[in-house]
Amino acid sequence: MKTAAFYKTKKAVLNTLIHAFLLAVAVTCIFPLLWMVACSLKTQEEIFKNMSLVPSGWHFENYYKAWVEGGFGRFFINSIIYTVSVVAGIVIVSSMAAYAFSRLQFPGKNILFYMFMAAMMIPVPGSFVPLYVLLNKLHLRNTAIGYILCMINVGLSTSIFLLKTFFDKMPKELEDAARIDGCSKIGIWRHVALPLAKPVLAVVVVFNALNVWNEYVLALIIFDSRPLMPLQVALTAFQGEFVTNYPLLMAGLTITALPIIIVYLLMQKYIVKGVTQGIVVG
Amino acid sequence: MRIKETLENYLFVLPAVTIFVIFYVIPFIWVFQLGMFDWDGILPTKIFVGLSNFKEILFDKVWWQSMGNAGYITLIALTFQNILAFLLAWACDREIRAKNFYRLIFFIPPVLSEVVVGLVWQWILDGNYGLLNYWLNGLGLHSLARNWLSDPQTALTAVAIVHSWKGFGWGFLIFLAGLQTIPRELYEAARVDGANAWQTFKNVTAPLMIPVAVIVAILTIIGTMQAFVLIIAMTRGGPAYHTEVPVLRILASMRGSSRFGYACAQGISFGVILMAVSFMQYKFSKKAKA
Repeated sequence: MKTAAFYKTKKAVLNTLIHAFLLAVAVTCIFPLLWMVACSLKTQEEIFKNMSLVPSGWHFENYYKAWVEGGFGRFFINSIIYTVSVVAGIVIVSSMAAYAFSRLQFPGKNILFYMFMAAMMIPVPGSFVPLYVLLNKLHLRNTAIGYILCMINVGLSTSIFLLKTFFDKMPKELEDAARIDGCSKIGIWRHVALPLAKPVLAVVVVFNALNVWNEYVLALIIFDSRPLMPLQVALTAFQGEFVTNYPLLMAGLTITALPIIIVYLLMQKYIVKGVTQGIVVG
Repeated sequence: MRIKETLENYLFVLPAVTIFVIFYVIPFIWVFQLGMFDWDGILPTKIFVGLSNFKEILFDKVWWQSMGNAGYITLIALTFQNILAFLLAWACDREIRAKNFYRLIFFIPPVLSEVVVGLVWQWILDGNYGLLNYWLNGLGLHSLARNWLSDPQTALTAVAIVHSWKGFGWGFLIFLAGLQTIPRELYEAARVDGANAWQTFKNVTAPLMIPVAVIVAILTIIGTMQAFVLIIAMTRGGPAYHTEVPVLRILASMRGSSRFGYACAQGISFGVILMAVSFMQYKFSKKAKA
């Protein structure tokens, strides 16, 4: 008969092993980022010789150089502008549509809704080819507004789906009360439905913000002129031109990654929610 | 009055539908149209060539090589990445402390952009000044050190592993959410019946997790087959097409050789394959819900 102490030890050993495994993977997740930051603080000569995670001196001037001379200040502001405009656009456009799909009656409602849902399921690899042609025709290529409209479209289907699912479950009483008080439909959407939908809107905002900030290929084909480029495209362009200036490249990468990591740490709850709800979406 | 109300209701969906039609529906139709033309994207004249673009794809060696490469990366993602994701989720589900901490950390790579991940790893894997080779040399394993991303023997695997590093957090979150829906009473009952850890896993956990695993697998296939930005950042398809993938070929047909029609034809044939997988996913997720 094995004693209780035996089982206790066995459990402790097992738990230690499990922790070691989890911790090892966690370290591989974090380490490349620490290495990136460390390299961004080294000098050009040091980066090829000093393989320590701690730089010999803290060369924050690399960030100044990347921001000013490398143009990352400009690219950063571009990325902010695109992200904020696209997310604002998606929130307004998709919440209006989702509200209508959930609450209002009009002919062709189901067909239109299924059209959006179909777009979510049909993968169109290389859809950037006709988009390039289209934007050229509309004289919207190499413009901020062209990129913003394309990116709004990218986020529409999923956002409409998430919001409609929420509105479907929302009790109707408050809206009825507002209607009796003489509130218009647009007023009900704005002052009753939207405030109630805040938790879902947070998911929509966070997901679309990450998506736009990290987007690459549409920005690549849409922008020819450097002053319009967002960070992601600028990074690969920079890599092509300043192949050897690794400290500046690492500073640029840190500038690009940091806002995402901060937003992620603050909004983690909504991201987990979005991913687990996303599975049902498919 | 009725008409006015209907029109008013349409106003709610008008912005969404307008953007959707212009930026999704029209380009979608154009893909099929352009796929049957020979066109450089600039000249006003397009030459109708019927299905010859599609015929050319059949004999396009680099295209099929890129398909094979994407298939290889997908295979690694399906096995290595998803098994890792499941093991981590399983470990985290055992009510150990710090579960939230690990959940926080494991999802950091997925929220980073492919460009950032690709460029950081490219620097780590650099043949001359990379950290990996420095460590290998430090451990006396000089024979293992190599130019990971320009060596045809290792480039594709290196890319696949970095892809898995970036992606396992998705599978982890979905598996963990799935594991947490399993009622604790089932484990309790298994324990009372004297089942050991392996028997509990085989008879309780595994059967309940199969639908989740199927969904993760299909999402992995669709996501990985279309991955290419990471590869732009790491190898740009090289050395000598060893890390080329289909979407990178479509981009090259369009930007490199200015063959818009051919690029669209490539997109269609690739899309049809992905559609089949997507359809399977739809079927399975419906089954899983029922």
